[in-house]
Amino acid sequence: MAPVSDQPHPGSSQEAMSYTVSPRRKWFGTFMTVLVTGCALLLALPLFSILWTVISRGAPSFSPDLFSQLPPPPLMKGGGFGNAIVGSLIVLAIAALISVPFGVMAAIFVSEFARGTKFANFVRFGINVLSGVPSIIMGLFAYGVVVLTTGSFSALAGGIALAILMVPIVERTAEEGLKSVPMETRQGAIGVGATNFQTISQIVLPAALPSIATGVTLSLARASGETAPLLITALFNQYYAKGVLEPIATLPVLIYNFAGAPYKNQQELAWAASLLLVMLILVVSIIARSLSRRQTFG
Amino acid sequence: MSVSTANESFGTEKQSIAIARWIDRIFLGLTCAFACFIAVVLLWITASLFSIAYPAIAKYGLGFVTASRWSPVEDLYGALPQIYGTIMSSVIALLIAVPLGVGVAVFLSEDFLPAKVRTPVAFIIELLAAVPSVVYGLWGIFVLVPAIQPVLEGIHQAFGWIPLFSTAPDIRGLFQASLVLGIMISPIIIAISRDALISLPPQLRQGSLALGATRWETILKVLLPAALSGIIGAVMLALGRALGETMAAAMLIGNAPRISASVFDPASTIASLIANQFSEASGLQLSSLLYTGLILMLLTLAVNVLAEVVISRFQQIE
Repeated sequence: MAPVSDQPHPGSSQEAMSYTVSPRRKWFGTFMTVLVTGCALLLALPLFSILWTVISRGAPSFSPDLFSQLPPPPLMKGGGFGNAIVGSLIVLAIAALISVPFGVMAAIFVSEFARGTKFANFVRFGINVLSGVPSIIMGLFAYGVVVLTTGSFSALAGGIALAILMVPIVERTAEEGLKSVPMETRQGAIGVGATNFQTISQIVLPAALPSIATGVTLSLARASGETAPLLITALFNQYYAKGVLEPIATLPVLIYNFAGAPYKNQQELAWAASLLLVMLILVVSIIARSLSRRQTFG
Repeated sequence: MSVSTANESFGTEKQSIAIARWIDRIFLGLTCAFACFIAVVLLWITASLFSIAYPAIAKYGLGFVTASRWSPVEDLYGALPQIYGTIMSSVIALLIAVPLGVGVAVFLSEDFLPAKVRTPVAFIIELLAAVPSVVYGLWGIFVLVPAIQPVLEGIHQAFGWIPLFSTAPDIRGLFQASLVLGIMISPIIIAISRDALISLPPQLRQGSLALGATRWETILKVLLPAALSGIIGAVMLALGRALGETMAAAMLIGNAPRISASVFDPASTIASLIANQFSEASGLQLSSLLYTGLILMLLTLAVNVLAEVVISRFQQIE
């Protein structure tokens, strides 16, 4: 920087050019840097420990048997949790079948028909509040609506509890996806004589599909680890469930049950199930990330 | 002739337009119905919880909240220990997670780490926020609590005269559960606070540095206040999560329905109570469990609404 010499400056010109920070301020800065670095290290320790223990304790008991066999009784070697894997998939499928139409249709209404209206704000508010409700409350609700009506803990009740959990995530991402489709494409479609339904179903929805898919996979990742609502709706089952109106085994509930068991073999299975669940969530979030990169617009 | 065929074809076209209009209307109605349903499903949830909880509400009224005895054997229910445990464990978890989380968010938003490392670190934090709470609970029981047992024991030996640390720590207790809760909610605080810090306009930092402020004066007096709404939002979200968190609490808190001065003693939260007793409950016990569920819902709703108000007020100031 060239000093502007013809302007009078209070103090000597050398002082004005070299700017010094007092030692106290310098020390304070160093202290704070050390402090936050310490915070980061302190928190990194447990967080890496979780990933490390899940891998190191889960991996040794990984075998094909895990996927095919039934949970073992105490003190027996071997066994697996084939029924819990199938059960988790069934409950997640039910949840997706309910939450995806609800989420996407509501998003279409808010973004395409009611954009900027008071009603859209009301729906938005309802969804925000819903996403803050603890998952165990969804379980209580599904218990009241399904379990008390059908008279049995069931996969259906579990699916409904998870569906309510997933709807806000699906709706939000779908709405964002729909809103990111440029207005011109809609105007173009309407201009050549398409109806609203044709415009939305053939032009807008396909364009917003990647973000809708991202929302669905993210919500599935979230729901796949939920334990509390399943504990009070789907309960558990030692065997393969015969239908969706029966209690059904799921991976998170299996982890919870076996973590509390005093038997070594069951605890090992809990770690193996944790590893499987974490890997599943990792894979799903990577899929979601790659999907969200494949945006058609923007 | 030619006129009539033209009319005919015009007629069918009119018909197909009418059909298309009908489809449009049905479609609009359907999407509207789904949107309305989602908006009011919360009312349905509340009503359904209320109707099952009604016997307990009718019997105990508001005294349920201040009654401190939960005893299925005597068929006597009061939720004060669980409410205390829920709030206490969340507060301790926040005391652990907020300073650490905001500190790490600052660490990750500044250029302390090379840019190449920052993206994978952010991804790992997102992954950790997605790890199921039941896995955190499993890790807490078998890894964390055994590892810090000597430290807790030392605190008990040295500060045992303070009622807060007056009992010998076991694997399960209020503080042990709160510690796992705190670790569990810190990725949420880090992720959202970091986003808030990163999305600040660069002019703020440039202006502050140009005035001669050091890096840390800029962070503490300019950047953090500017990002405060986002950070408070993150803390509120984390609080909501901690209040309603079931598994980590159910696995680590010890599920003892009592209020103890010592944080090392077993306690109980609303969610852990429901998870523990629900599958075997019936009659008045079931109603009472749903009553506690209603209380939990009101508690989290209050926190979330407060969060929205705080955030919108800060945004107005900006």
